[in-house]
Amino acid sequence: MHFEYRVQGGDFVRAGQASSQVKKILKQLNVAPQIIKRVVVALYEGEVNIVAHAFQGKIYIDIETDKIRVILDDVGPGIPDIEMAMRPGFSTASPIVREMGFGAGMGLPNIKENTDRMKISSVVGVGTRLEFVVNLKE
Amino acid sequence: MKIEELVKAVEGNVVCCHENLKRDVELAFASDLMSDVLTVQVDKLVLLTGLANMQAVRTAEMSDLPAVIFVRNKTVSEDMIRLAEDNGIVLIESPYTLYRASGVLYTMGLKPVY
Repeated sequence: MHFEYRVQGGDFVRAGQASSQVKKILKQLNVAPQIIKRVVVALYEGEVNIVAHAFQGKIYIDIETDKIRVILDDVGPGIPDIEMAMRPGFSTASPIVREMGFGAGMGLPNIKENTDRMKISSVVGVGTRLEFVVNLKE
Repeated sequence: MKIEELVKAVEGNVVCCHENLKRDVELAFASDLMSDVLTVQVDKLVLLTGLANMQAVRTAEMSDLPAVIFVRNKTVSEDMIRLAEDNGIVLIESPYTLYRASGVLYTMGLKPVY
């Protein structure tokens, strides 16, 4: 099954809508609640990252019988130093993002924690692509 | 512990999902930092927060939290209520500070995560 969602940079009211939809789909597919939680926490962190840092983005979801593959593609400033961005506590988030309860530099490490495979690639001034896979079978 | 017991203890006003007041909670986490809440991997957790916005409810949705207590008379918006209703999350407004609400619930036996 394939799904796509658009994400608008700066729109904190709607941030999380895509993750919410995916959660409903996984529930309908009877995926174990603990695994759904891992997927949607990682996805929500990724979605919030697009809203917080990029101009716009797209989320591509592919659900197979044994795994879910997620790609978050954004048009934005990109990440100059990915290793640094992966460090817990490192963040370039604006004060507005922090007021929303994010920007503590915990997002990417938490995505890594909740997924079975994760990859980030980025071009400064162009955008960032985050890909992750979560196994759906325990 | 039932959610309705927490409501009484923090002099709370339940703004949504009265039908779930009998649900059980065992642990609590107090934070305004949603990224921090999202790192917690336990069930039956109630969130205490001063952050009254959509992202607090979204975080509760993603983390499967049964209830959120908003401290210091923070008002819950219509959008937040709608989202909580969709997911059956009990939203509670309390006049207490984060410190007082946490203290009261801790004494009642609601456990910390770490």
